Amino acid sequence: MAQNSALFSELMSDLHPPLSGHEAGVESDRCYFCYDAPCVTACPTGIDVPLFIRQIQTNNSAGAAKTIFDENILGGMCARVCPTETLCEQACVRNSAEHQPVKIGALQRFATDTLMSAGTHPYQRATVSGKKVVVVGAGPAGLACAHRLAMHGHKVDILDANPKPGGLNEYGIASYKTPDNFAQREVDFILDIGGIEIKNEIQLGRQVQLGDLLEQYDAVFIGVGLKEANQISLEGASLDGVEDAVNFIAKLRQTEDYSALDIGRRVVVIGGGMTAIDAAVQAKLLGAADVTLVYRRDKESMNASVFEQDLAQTNGVKIIHHAAPVRFIGEQSNLTEVEFEYTQQVNGKLQGTGETFTLQADHAFNAIGQVLQAGVVDADVVALENNRIAVNEERQTSHQNIWAGGDCIAGGDDLTVSAVQDGKLAAESINRYLSS
Amino acid sequence: MADLNSSFAGIKSPNPFWLASAPPTDKAYNVVRAFEAGWGGVVWKTLGEDPNIVNVNGPRYGAVYSADRRLMGLNNIELITDRPLQINLDEIKQVKRDWPDRAMVVSLMVPCEEKNWKDILKKVEDTGADGVELNFGCPHGMSERGMGASVGQVPEYIEMVTRWCKEVSSMPVIVKLTPNITDIRYPARAALAGGADAVSLINTVSSIVSVNLDTMSPEPSIDGKGSHGGYCGPAVKPIALNMVAEIARDADTKNLPISGIGGITTWRDAAEFMALGAGNVQVCTAAMTYGFRVVEEMITGLNAWMDEKGHANIDSIVGKATPNVTDWQYLNLNYVTKARIDQDACIKCGRCHVVCEDTSHQAITHTVNGERHYEVIDEECVGCNLCVSVCPVQDCITMEEIASGMDVRTNTPVNREYANWTTHPNNPMAKDKA
Repeated sequence: MAQNSALFSELMSDLHPPLSGHEAGVESDRCYFCYDAPCVTACPTGIDVPLFIRQIQTNNSAGAAKTIFDENILGGMCARVCPTETLCEQACVRNSAEHQPVKIGALQRFATDTLMSAGTHPYQRATVSGKKVVVVGAGPAGLACAHRLAMHGHKVDILDANPKPGGLNEYGIASYKTPDNFAQREVDFILDIGGIEIKNEIQLGRQVQLGDLLEQYDAVFIGVGLKEANQISLEGASLDGVEDAVNFIAKLRQTEDYSALDIGRRVVVIGGGMTAIDAAVQAKLLGAADVTLVYRRDKESMNASVFEQDLAQTNGVKIIHHAAPVRFIGEQSNLTEVEFEYTQQVNGKLQGTGETFTLQADHAFNAIGQVLQAGVVDADVVALENNRIAVNEERQTSHQNIWAGGDCIAGGDDLTVSAVQDGKLAAESINRYLSS
Repeated sequence: MADLNSSFAGIKSPNPFWLASAPPTDKAYNVVRAFEAGWGGVVWKTLGEDPNIVNVNGPRYGAVYSADRRLMGLNNIELITDRPLQINLDEIKQVKRDWPDRAMVVSLMVPCEEKNWKDILKKVEDTGADGVELNFGCPHGMSERGMGASVGQVPEYIEMVTRWCKEVSSMPVIVKLTPNITDIRYPARAALAGGADAVSLINTVSSIVSVNLDTMSPEPSIDGKGSHGGYCGPAVKPIALNMVAEIARDADTKNLPISGIGGITTWRDAAEFMALGAGNVQVCTAAMTYGFRVVEEMITGLNAWMDEKGHANIDSIVGKATPNVTDWQYLNLNYVTKARIDQDACIKCGRCHVVCEDTSHQAITHTVNGERHYEVIDEECVGCNLCVSVCPVQDCITMEEIASGMDVRTNTPVNREYANWTTHPNNPMAKDKA
């Protein structure tokens, strides 16, 4: 392979370079400091955007970061991965004024990077309460919950199935969104508050049971995400070369040497969400000759944001809408082609048209979503809804000592920022419960 | 094309834009560049007596920025020219000879003795300069030595020195006034009484521009200490406009030519000064911010506006707005306006609402039928114009006259007949108290 690992590392580096101090100054001046600002309403964690931008503008970046962390302790990661174009930046009144919102995400990153690079932690733990809470899952929901609980003085143990904490931030997001080991640096930053202990490679339902946790701790928070990829039960799905996109991304995120990764010449990605895009773009960056993303519905129905779809296309990924896989075709045990059938919407229902086509492929990624892993929670203990954990507004489950948040709960929008909000709300609810 | 030729106190120039006496006019090199760029004239940086003064060797300027780091105000602690008198005189003579169509005015500042003023005037006359400007304005440094603003703050001194100058010189004498006084009309009247051909104003405003919070030194900082300097630039324009208007509408000085100075940055600024009575304008900070080429915008902009409005020459715009400057007591209290928000232009930032709600009259909605919507509540709107002032979109909010019907705030019929405070029933001093 002509490309060396240094080149790959460069290709996988920061999608959006950070703002310089001057750029942040110029951009922050664009904020109008709106009344009842629409960007705040649009932020799932309710960050006071106009205030933190005004603080940047007055050379108070540390204060700006504190304003962000007050509502979102993972404000650093969210500044990198939030689909701002459908959240805060979509709501910015500058869109009406000149079709160019204030770069809220980039400014948030500027502020949080400034404070985090100073190596200080902006919060102090309250007096130790003597209460112990267990958080299952060290992803965005769990980390946000643990930090807020620690602030209130509770002792927190985090159990995580993986060798490293961070959840999808560490294993499930494209490299170019969070280079330089940012996910681990953010975990370290969060743990700096004290009172939080992470135990890796402990999986709920295997090494530990919910019943034991309920006995050992005063409250339980479940933020285990959706670890099980939906499987495509089609002919040839077990051929070599057919792989879950989440596995590919996890491998990619943990590799020391991108050039050592096994990537096909002709890649097909099946799905329409962020994971599909992350897999497709990274496959292309890693040297695949052709990458085709196939989605069964239309462009508007894709879960990936318009920005992400555009990113895929500018990176040379071809997107085909309205086609669903029919079978995987191979020679001996190796994938060679994927057959698709065109689809159409008939009376609100998606149907095959009968017309098929095949794409040559030696690598196919399945990215049709994930589900709650079987055996993690017992439906007798915690009520489920649509195969996810049912919670109330405070993120409390049907069990009064168990709260949950992040992708594993029903009714969410599967965003990092929403998971953070779940964790935060649950922690406040747990704190009220433990203090009563 | 309108005729921009200017004749100010008998001094001719191809346009009314002069560079003010300041660093941009300190040397032949700068002045020639200015004339090449199209400036109509210059007031050469103030000459003094030998031995030449010295300047600080640290920073001379301090800045006030708008949020987007545009220079809104500049402060300086530079003194008059720090070059020997003869070098300046030689350069003035040469430049005037090379650029005969441009106005060459020489600014002067010497100790308050008759002989000193008369001596330097003779020397200036020999250069062929078109006129002199007496610097009674600089608020820093020289004022500590009994010159500059310390003269301009005493009308009797202004009159005395102006008279000395007029006695020995046939050149037009322009008296440059300091704004660091309580009523600009007194020094202007004194200049007139001394025989001045014109006044120019404003000189800079005494100021401390900022404080360094690390070193606790005022800025610009000279080895940890600062001194008050002279403030200029866009921030001082409103102060200058008012002072120009005060002189232009004063019964004693209304015919005294005024050279308008103070934050003039664009053709529009210049036109406003002239509309209030300035016969020409002098510019410094705009050139020190952007370079001499700004005069091209000023010339073309003024020309375009004059053509659009049918003003043939400079005389036809000077003083056009002066009659409309009046005392508060004569403002029409029967004139009723309400704010109007153009919903198509509104970007829904809500600033009009929050400032009205927090600091004014609770006259703008924020929600209508559950939607984010900003609309004026006529029953509360006093027509104060704050919403217009804070709206980031030009012409989105306007003040509209209610010419008939009821003023729903006061619940009284609108009466378009002019009536002011002097006759208002609430005025204990009302002239026609019934």
